[in-house]
Amino acid sequence: MKITKPAKAGTMESNDIYIMVYPNEKGNEIQLDSIVLKQFGKQIEKVIMDTLKELEVENALVVAKDRGALDYTIRARVETAIKRAMK
Amino acid sequence: MRRSMLFIPGNNPSMIQNAPILGADSIILDLEDAVSIDEKDSARFLVRNALLELDFNGCEKVVRINSINTELGYEDIDVIAKVKPDALLVPKATEDAIKEIDELISTIEGEEGFKLGSIKLIPLIETAFGVEDVFNIVKSSKRVAAVLLGAEDLTADMEIKRTKEGEEIFYARSRIVSACKALKVDAIDTPFTDINDFEGLKRDCQRAKLIGMTGKAAVNPRQIDTINEVFSPSMEDIEWAKRVIAAYDEAQREGKGVFSLDGKMVDAPVLARAKNVLEKAKAIGLIKE
Repeated sequence: MKITKPAKAGTMESNDIYIMVYPNEKGNEIQLDSIVLKQFGKQIEKVIMDTLKELEVENALVVAKDRGALDYTIRARVETAIKRAMK
Repeated sequence: MRRSMLFIPGNNPSMIQNAPILGADSIILDLEDAVSIDEKDSARFLVRNALLELDFNGCEKVVRINSINTELGYEDIDVIAKVKPDALLVPKATEDAIKEIDELISTIEGEEGFKLGSIKLIPLIETAFGVEDVFNIVKSSKRVAAVLLGAEDLTADMEIKRTKEGEEIFYARSRIVSACKALKVDAIDTPFTDINDFEGLKRDCQRAKLIGMTGKAAVNPRQIDTINEVFSPSMEDIEWAKRVIAAYDEAQREGKGVFSLDGKMVDAPVLARAKNVLEKAKAIGLIKE
């Protein structure tokens, strides 16, 4: 599935993650900024990539600004942004 | 046991993940008033994921859905019922709405392989019509486990002023309690909205308890301890109840039907009250057996 327009979800508050998605001809890509990048950067990227796969999205550039979100929040914000980008 | 039911905004991860450790018996994840119209989709997915992935530490998990007068309510039910919350809180509940939601949930329970009837409903009574129809609303579905009074919306609907003393909601409280007792479901009192007035909160809890409310909604975690304290049996109550039961056991052994304790007659209603106190104390963990 392809997203057709930019969209965003989440907030910059503590324990949340701000997700922006853009249509991307090069496939799925992630640009992550996180307060815990060193410790959990790879894990956060994996959660984002897995969520894109579950949603069967193939063309999203995900720009993520993480404020210490747990996995359930990351998944929810990515799903919201993707579904908004498909509307 | 629903002494305290804490409202948590459904789009706030920080508050959601901290909620289970605050001491409330129930957590109400709010998709309605606490979420702006532009964030309804976001909150719905966040609450769904929280229900799937977080440990709620034994708290009852309740989700306040949006009204089914709008498409939002149907979308909430479709997404949330599939992850099996303990209950849905239904705003501005009516008989028709409860019946329709009951049917929708039954379908989802069937599709998902959940036990039929496992997701409960809590009608939120917050209109004059709701107050007058509360008995029928409770009776309209076996899923109804409790009723919550929403006095802010109710007094707006009644075009009357809401006060801390709450005289204006005495009738609504009484009518709800009566219906709830008749149909054996919990009666949960409206929140006390001044989050810094703990004396006022305590008096409000006591007034509600006096006429039979069994618990109270909280809008701030700092209200939980006061609410739990008032809606728990006191140690004095527990001691009294234990003595009633002991006196009853002795009377049974002696073949007496009616007996007295401290110069007062103990009959079936008093015995039932004593048993009720001990059951509540046991459920809360104040006594072991």
